[in-house]
Amino acid sequence: MSSCMQTIADYGLRSIGFGERILPRGTFTLCEQFTLIGSGLIWNVYFGVLALFFGFFCATALALAKASDRAVVRKPAEWFIFLFRGSPLFIQFFIIYEMLVMLPRTGISLGGLLVQTDWVTSAWAGALLVLFLNTSAYAAEIFYGALRAVPKGDIEAADAYGLAGWSKFRRVTWPTMLRLAWPAYTNEAIFLFHATTLVFFSGFPAFQQRGDALYYAKFFADKTFNPFTAYPIAAFYFVLLTLTLIMVFGIINRRLNRHLPGAQRPKLRIRPQIIR
Amino acid sequence: MFANCVDPSQLQGLSWLLCYLTSGKHLMFYSSFLVVIALMVIVAPIALLFGFGGALSARSHFAPLRWFGKAYTSMVRGVPDIIFFLFVPVAMDQGLEYLRSKMLCPPTDAPIWSNNEFNVCAAAKLPLSSSPQIYHEIYGFMLAVVAFAIVFGAFAANVLYGAMNAVPRAQLETAEAYGMTHAQVRRRILIPQMWTFALPGLSNLWLILIKATPLLFLLGVEDIVYWARELGATKSAIYDYPHPDWRLWYFLGLLVFYLGMTRISELILSRLTTRLAQGQATMAGEAMRKAGA
Repeated sequence: MSSCMQTIADYGLRSIGFGERILPRGTFTLCEQFTLIGSGLIWNVYFGVLALFFGFFCATALALAKASDRAVVRKPAEWFIFLFRGSPLFIQFFIIYEMLVMLPRTGISLGGLLVQTDWVTSAWAGALLVLFLNTSAYAAEIFYGALRAVPKGDIEAADAYGLAGWSKFRRVTWPTMLRLAWPAYTNEAIFLFHATTLVFFSGFPAFQQRGDALYYAKFFADKTFNPFTAYPIAAFYFVLLTLTLIMVFGIINRRLNRHLPGAQRPKLRIRPQIIR
Repeated sequence: MFANCVDPSQLQGLSWLLCYLTSGKHLMFYSSFLVVIALMVIVAPIALLFGFGGALSARSHFAPLRWFGKAYTSMVRGVPDIIFFLFVPVAMDQGLEYLRSKMLCPPTDAPIWSNNEFNVCAAAKLPLSSSPQIYHEIYGFMLAVVAFAIVFGAFAANVLYGAMNAVPRAQLETAEAYGMTHAQVRRRILIPQMWTFALPGLSNLWLILIKATPLLFLLGVEDIVYWARELGATKSAIYDYPHPDWRLWYFLGLLVFYLGMTRISELILSRLTTRLAQGQATMAGEAMRKAGA
């Protein structure tokens, strides 16, 4: 047991560069596999949370743009959404990585200021960018659908109260849109967290073997020629992650629907196949 | 391919490009598109079959079968599909070789999984190391098909389970009132009536399947991603057609391929949706009835 504590101390933060540099060798204990794969999960959470957070605002803007009457605003949003929803994330990773690699190594000078560019090809920045763009597109489509489903009466009531412009959007349209979109958006969030496992298989290098949960699971499976331990451990962690997500989104869902009488409140039902 | 392509270093401009794009490696690249399309076409019916089995057993009156069905349908909800894509082919391969080693190998005491190795005798290998390369490729492709079918079967089971529950209860009760057995209700009413409810989910699933095919690359199949990386990488002067890093252009080509596939599928599926809505007790069906009258 104490040796397991030692392993956790050594490898618990291995994926972000703290602790033991050299990965375990020889026979792998169950403790080592659990610790290292769990350590990799930090990256999945990092990518998922940040992409989801920034993507949320971008998706709201895109949804509004897609619902706009003016073609100048609507067309780019439609194309962006089609581009990222119509192509595989795997290909998006490759393309954007190749694009980032093409940036000049020495940096770009912007008005005399030298901007370093070498960091954008590393996974923490480049892959986050791809995931951000991807989830923005998917969430924008969900929000757009919800925006069109906002009841006419709600908008009329807002007009009757003299709300207009930003305050109407902030107080009526936006909360209702979120409320309607939330179950589908929960699915999207789960899918996004699952998609973070692709990062280190798609061109982005794992610097000093610092990878995500699946990266380490594959490491163990390849080294031991035994897929029956490492992959179930990774799967276990992802089930935990998914349950946590459902819980957090469920709390937000309750808050979004708190003004409704009990029977009308939509329950969160996780049906991953419906939206992607 | 063409006669004037014998000495590429003498070629210029357009004729160079034409010869470059018809080189032997490029023809293999083009045929790998067929591999991807073959995967989609083979996986779709198998996954649908798996989905059917999953959905029907999740509705079964026999408890262990129902548990199995429920477990299968909820399998993909919590766990990333990529884990299955990595796990299933290796597990299948080792499982088959394990069974074969039990039958074909001389009995030994040495455990099969030990010292970070998977030891079976040469006779149990799949395919045999003496068999030609094409068998190895076909075997790898088959494992990929099974992995895809299991994952997408679970997705399809979710869709079909939901669709079966969406069939109006009154229709099934009417059938029961006519004295049909459970099996008859299922065959004559439930399955024909559920398609209109299943189609949105299934068409979505088809689009997801299209977008999952580049993952073949992770399974070691020489698919379009493999060739795009191979052909696009920097070629020095020792190659027939030297060029700088062109991977970006190859991947943009793949992007166009996938966007085209998605667009075509969307158009076909929307027509199919309209056809299946005919005569259904849904809003779409009602709208069609009114338009016709």
